[in-house]
Amino acid sequence: MSKEHDQNQHHDHTGHDHDPGEQDVHDSLNHIVPPRIYIIIGASLLVLTGVTVWASFVDMGVFNPVVALAIACFKASLVVLFFMHVKYSSKLTKLTVFSGLFTFAVLIALTLADYATRAWGRW
Amino acid sequence: MSDSTVTVQGAHTAHEHPPYQRHHFASMEQQVDTTSFAMWLFLLTEIMFFGGLFCSYLIFRNWYYPAFVEASHQLNIFWGTLNTGVLITSSFTMAMGVWCAEMRKKSALVLCLVLTFVLGLVFLGIKYIEYSEKWEKHHVPGFHYSLQSFTNPASDAEVHKEYPDDKPLGVDMARHTELYFSLYFAMTGMHALHMIIGISLLGYLIFRAQQGAYTTGHVTFVHNFGLYWHFVDIIWIFLFPLLYLISRHS
Repeated sequence: MSKEHDQNQHHDHTGHDHDPGEQDVHDSLNHIVPPRIYIIIGASLLVLTGVTVWASFVDMGVFNPVVALAIACFKASLVVLFFMHVKYSSKLTKLTVFSGLFTFAVLIALTLADYATRAWGRW
Repeated sequence: MSDSTVTVQGAHTAHEHPPYQRHHFASMEQQVDTTSFAMWLFLLTEIMFFGGLFCSYLIFRNWYYPAFVEASHQLNIFWGTLNTGVLITSSFTMAMGVWCAEMRKKSALVLCLVLTFVLGLVFLGIKYIEYSEKWEKHHVPGFHYSLQSFTNPASDAEVHKEYPDDKPLGVDMARHTELYFSLYFAMTGMHALHMIIGISLLGYLIFRAQQGAYTTGHVTFVHNFGLYWHFVDIIWIFLFPLLYLISRHS
């Protein structure tokens, strides 16, 4: 899918160089995501909301938060990839999003590591 | 490169580029890449901002676990679920709006934006119902904060029926429920502020969309507003389980 898209982009790009007509310039800019995808993703998000609420009523001990956050991460990924078009975006956008989330993960991990080890040996 | 030379020398007579292309960009492609890159950078600063709140929530929940569990039992899962559904649906209508703008369907775009606007207001309306319940029960942090629901759970009949196993907390631990509600109001309040800003912008978008501003091929503003709206949705996708759900069984 992404390979096919890359080829499309390449094709559009050369098309632009040869013929910078207004219509062509516009149509090559954004990958237009069809409504079918939006409907599938929207429905999946609603179903997953139901699943996470249902899961909260099942006693899984320490795994309740883990399951809830895993579902939330999956839902957020669907939103980012499809509603926010990152799946169809340029490498620059993909790299920006990924590096931002990575930095965020590092900050959270370091902070939690600090708080988790402050009283080391004193419990 | 040749594009930029043409642009500088007199693009307005030649019409080598669409009217919405700024002159400091070599091509529309570069302009679109630049604006969406900038939008993503802004959203990343927002992630860091909300991330600080999420992180402090995790740490304090760990420290004052019994207080955070019983305080979160005060939240109504029904309203939370309904609001999640409303917000996800509004994200869907916003995504459809972007598609309508790209396909140059003016009236469908206006309809999508109006639906998103209305669903945003419904979300805030439900949030108002929840907030006013906290106000009535004196669960808003401040001078009038009451520990009664936590030092004596049986006095709070409605919640006690739902969570009969909740034990009375000592005053020292019960005090920390105020911290839970501080974080609750900070996080949902910041989220609601983002919704209010988004809804205001949507009002402007609807007005301009009716004039046909976004169905000429220049979809950048609708596109980037969509990114903002979906980002606000993602924040709620994490707030909902963290505040409402994960403490049901604890």
